[in-house]
Amino acid sequence: MNLLDPGGANAARIASVWWIIFGLGAAVYVVVAGFVLVAAFRGRRRRGDTEAVGRDSAFIWIGGVLVPAAILMLVAVVTVSTTRALRQPAKDPLTISVVGKRWWWAVSYPGERITTANEIHVPVGRPLRIELTTSDVIHSFWVPQLSQKVDTIPGQVNHLDMKVTKPGIYRGQCAEYCGLEHARMAFIVVAEDTTTFERWVAREQRPPGGPSAEQEARGQQVLVSSSCAGCHTVRGTPADGTLGPDLSDLGSRRMLGAGTVDNTPDNLRRWITDSQSIKPGNLMPPVPLSRDDADAVVAYLESLK
Amino acid sequence: MTTIAQPSADAAQPVLPGEVEEAMERRWRDAPGIPGFFASVDHKKIGVRYMVTAFVFFFLAGVQALFLRAQLAQPDAHVVGPQAYNELFTMHGVTMIFLFNTPVLAGFGNYLLPLMLGTRDMAFPRLNAFSYWIFLFSGLFMYSSYLFGSPPDGGWFAYVPLTEKAYSPGLNLDFWALGVAFIGISTTVGAINFIVTAFKMRAPGMTLNRMPMFVWSILAMAFMVIFSVPIVTLASMLLEFDRLFGTKFFLAAAGGSALLYQHLFWFWGHPEVYILFVPATGMISMIIPTFSRRPLAGYVWVATSLVAISFISFGVWVHHMFATGMPALAMSFFSAASLLIAIPSGVQFFAWISTMWHGRVRWTTPMLFALGFLLIFLLGGITGVMVAVLPFDWQVTDSYFIVAHFHYVLNGAVVFPIFGALYYWVPKITGRLLSERLGKWSFWMMFVGFNVTFFPMHVLGLLGMPRRVWTYSAGLGWDGLNLLISIGSGVFALGTLLTVANLVWARRRGAPAGADPWDADSLEWSVSSPPPHWNFTTIPSVAGRHPLWEGAALDEHREALAGEDDAVESMGGAGALTRTTPITGGLDTRPERLLVVPRETYLPFVAALGVAAVFVGMLVDAALVGGVGVLLGAIGIVWWGWRTEEDLV
Amino acid sequence: MTALPVPVQGSTVAVVPPQGSPGRPVGWWGMLVLIATEAVLFLGLLSSYFFLRAQAREWPLGGIKPPELTRISIFTVVLLASSVPLFWGEHAIARGRMRQLRVALLLSFVLGLAFIVNQGVEYRDLTFGWRDNAYASAFYVITGLHGLHVVVGLLMNLVVQLKAWKNRLSAERHLTVKLFSLYWHFVDVVWIFVFSSLYLSAHLR
Repeated sequence: MNLLDPGGANAARIASVWWIIFGLGAAVYVVVAGFVLVAAFRGRRRRGDTEAVGRDSAFIWIGGVLVPAAILMLVAVVTVSTTRALRQPAKDPLTISVVGKRWWWAVSYPGERITTANEIHVPVGRPLRIELTTSDVIHSFWVPQLSQKVDTIPGQVNHLDMKVTKPGIYRGQCAEYCGLEHARMAFIVVAEDTTTFERWVAREQRPPGGPSAEQEARGQQVLVSSSCAGCHTVRGTPADGTLGPDLSDLGSRRMLGAGTVDNTPDNLRRWITDSQSIKPGNLMPPVPLSRDDADAVVAYLESLK
Repeated sequence: MTTIAQPSADAAQPVLPGEVEEAMERRWRDAPGIPGFFASVDHKKIGVRYMVTAFVFFFLAGVQALFLRAQLAQPDAHVVGPQAYNELFTMHGVTMIFLFNTPVLAGFGNYLLPLMLGTRDMAFPRLNAFSYWIFLFSGLFMYSSYLFGSPPDGGWFAYVPLTEKAYSPGLNLDFWALGVAFIGISTTVGAINFIVTAFKMRAPGMTLNRMPMFVWSILAMAFMVIFSVPIVTLASMLLEFDRLFGTKFFLAAAGGSALLYQHLFWFWGHPEVYILFVPATGMISMIIPTFSRRPLAGYVWVATSLVAISFISFGVWVHHMFATGMPALAMSFFSAASLLIAIPSGVQFFAWISTMWHGRVRWTTPMLFALGFLLIFLLGGITGVMVAVLPFDWQVTDSYFIVAHFHYVLNGAVVFPIFGALYYWVPKITGRLLSERLGKWSFWMMFVGFNVTFFPMHVLGLLGMPRRVWTYSAGLGWDGLNLLISIGSGVFALGTLLTVANLVWARRRGAPAGADPWDADSLEWSVSSPPPHWNFTTIPSVAGRHPLWEGAALDEHREALAGEDDAVESMGGAGALTRTTPITGGLDTRPERLLVVPRETYLPFVAALGVAAVFVGMLVDAALVGGVGVLLGAIGIVWWGWRTEEDLV
Repeated sequence: MTALPVPVQGSTVAVVPPQGSPGRPVGWWGMLVLIATEAVLFLGLLSSYFFLRAQAREWPLGGIKPPELTRISIFTVVLLASSVPLFWGEHAIARGRMRQLRVALLLSFVLGLAFIVNQGVEYRDLTFGWRDNAYASAFYVITGLHGLHVVVGLLMNLVVQLKAWKNRLSAERHLTVKLFSLYWHFVDVVWIFVFSSLYLSAHLR
């Protein structure tokens, strides 16, 4: 998540700003700290009387006013030009809507009619417009390697215009304290070339296929008839809850619990039966299922792609 | 003036015949025992109480920080759970800001201001006691939340809507919101006292351009308090109304606004940073000249910088809200203002350098802390300019880079001066010098521990680690640095404990300090250590910026002044015998009137208890308790007002 | 009083001509600073009101009618009028005329009381509660906070009156009268801002 190893245009721009201000800052530190140390040592060795007051104004004017003013002027120019570039609205962007929730991210592509969670697929090179809002408290959308962060504020939609320049998987995380599990509110951005992305879109647009094995069918049965369906949606089934993440493509997602653990059958079983042991305090209650039922639900969910 | 004269022997206060001194002692000392404790209005006792209480909170906050670091030392650890972690970091911030930094500086101000200004007490001694009791009660109020198992857990800034009833149903945030408004009373009342004292209680001859720089800094701080604290009181009380009475100020669904809360909070929140930082620089501006044996370079420029910082600090609050999606133009203004604040800071910084450069530096413990401050604050200032750069702030805000930045400024550049000030002024307070050897060990452990703790946090921020996370996954590149930081925090904590040990040791075994152990220049060093209850047997007449260095006797003008009116008369021993002290003109320092220093009284304690009961009543939603509080407070204040003509003129 | 030598510049002793007034007492300065901080509190509240208004699509919110103007205008005059006797009373006590002070305080008290009673009546007649929406909350809290200040002022008035009736005041010693009237003038001036913001400007489209 090193923001100086950018994979997006915005982050690259800010990284270069960093190197400018880091260079200036380091130089200022070395010079001024040098003055402090020389003054402290020099004054320590001095014998006899101290010097006149008159010599102070050179220090104060040059060191305290003129040089800082010149440096700040430079910094201000960098600030303004970069700010303008980062706030440039994207042309013909792919719009992605992200809603911050305690403690996961609902993701949808209004133009493509896709809904998913905690995993954002994007095409490399195409301008993106992320629409950010929240359904509860303030969160902040931050993928350090791609772009600056933007908060999600109740009653307001914020925009983040960005572009991914290098394919890869980028981790993002909520950056505004949002309560108990603020620490476990991550997500990933999967940046792919355009054809892979188009393929992903096409697959997401199809409702998930029905269960193909007996165990999966039982899993679907259990999911629909248990408390799962109250909060989660699986398209094409009666499960249409909206409190928790949409599960229609869960099998294809890389992580569980908003970036907390890898999506493996074992982790998924643990999550379903006792998510509190993985992410204490998350809002999903434990689901009391028999061992066989749990296995069946896991098999079914892993088949949803 | 090219050389500094040795302190004049005439500077010392006149030696009194035993029976006169005894008569003064009788007139000023408090009733013995517990009753006297609750009734005292002596600014020196109150100042010490402020400091001791604040340091208790400092060590509580330190323990909280060590728990935080123990939890974060390793990935996926479970030393504490998420709820406990969130309570810990919230209370750590709340304690450091509200219950340590602000009050400990008020404590130094209370103790030192009358001594530096050459007067026998603050302008409002009873109000002074009142503001201490309010501070103590509000601290106990907030910490009593642990007894109920519901300490605040919404961050020290308590952003809505997370802190609204819907998402934080417990009492946790009620403790926060009421506690903040509660302690705001103490801070505000204290600031009023500082302002009036600095303007109206200065010794004759101490014109504004002769005030010690620490007084300037307290004055600048007090003005910032007056204009900013009401706004945080407003923010916290509107939040409490939302929670308690169901108003809709911050609820977007009913026409409220979450951003309104942020504007209100940071309108105070940013000046607050300077409210803490400015008095700390004032301490540095006293310590560096003393140990460079030379007047502060650019006195006028430094004083002007303090005023400039106070003004600019009100124009930068939006830089805490850069990521909330505001228009770029508005943000650019605040970005520029934030950059601008570097100039007055630079002026101060080079004034300190120049003072040392042309002086003869003594490397005492207070001076070491001052040098440590310079090296730390320099870095904190530079990262401060970095985060004022809008695009960079968009990346690192709410990351560990910010945690690093503000600990350099608020821990390094405030706590280090406070420790330096302890070594510098505690000999005045207790009459005994602290151990230099232990002091230097303490400094080096704190300095190394500090940098090992907070420097790597910059890197963590650049590596994308967000703030306020109770844990993190392994393999994100954050593991090693976090362990290092946790180790550093332990070293830092041990360093602070060495100073505590030093204070305890010096209380009994320290070498006698004498009136002026450092050959310093300001008036507090002209009286014995510890000073008599009445501070000055003779109120000095001041003829320059550095009364003790300038060789002139402090009572040079007394003859000329005597006999003209009450106020002038009270400057002499007669004033010390009658518990009076002169009030002087704010600009010309002409003795104008008499201030009768009130005797000890329970009124401040009773009134503060009443205020406390009001807040407890609101907390538990009990009209009866609140009613009792209103009654008690009203009785205290009416009685107080009833006596005003007798005491205040 | 004759000329008073005071050290002013360097170590020279300048002679300051005697001045008529011995300067203001510290209590007066303290009250002034307290008023400054209170003014900031009201400024913050009124700014919050306009902030909420600026982002609202309609104002007042939720179909609430803008507050009715006639009666409150009359009582605005009543409140402002309550300041006048205090000028007179302060002037009187400075010359030791205790009876005039008593009358002035009483008159001011009655006018202030009338204002606060009217506010109570207005609350009773309002068609909305503070829970309804942000506008309603702001309306109640702003007028309520001002009302609280009026009540505190009335209590202060009572204390000063008691002192006046018990002859504890004199031409030389009457600081509480000064402090109270300073505070009361402030409460009146704040009302002008509250009235303009909450009542008058709500009718502006």
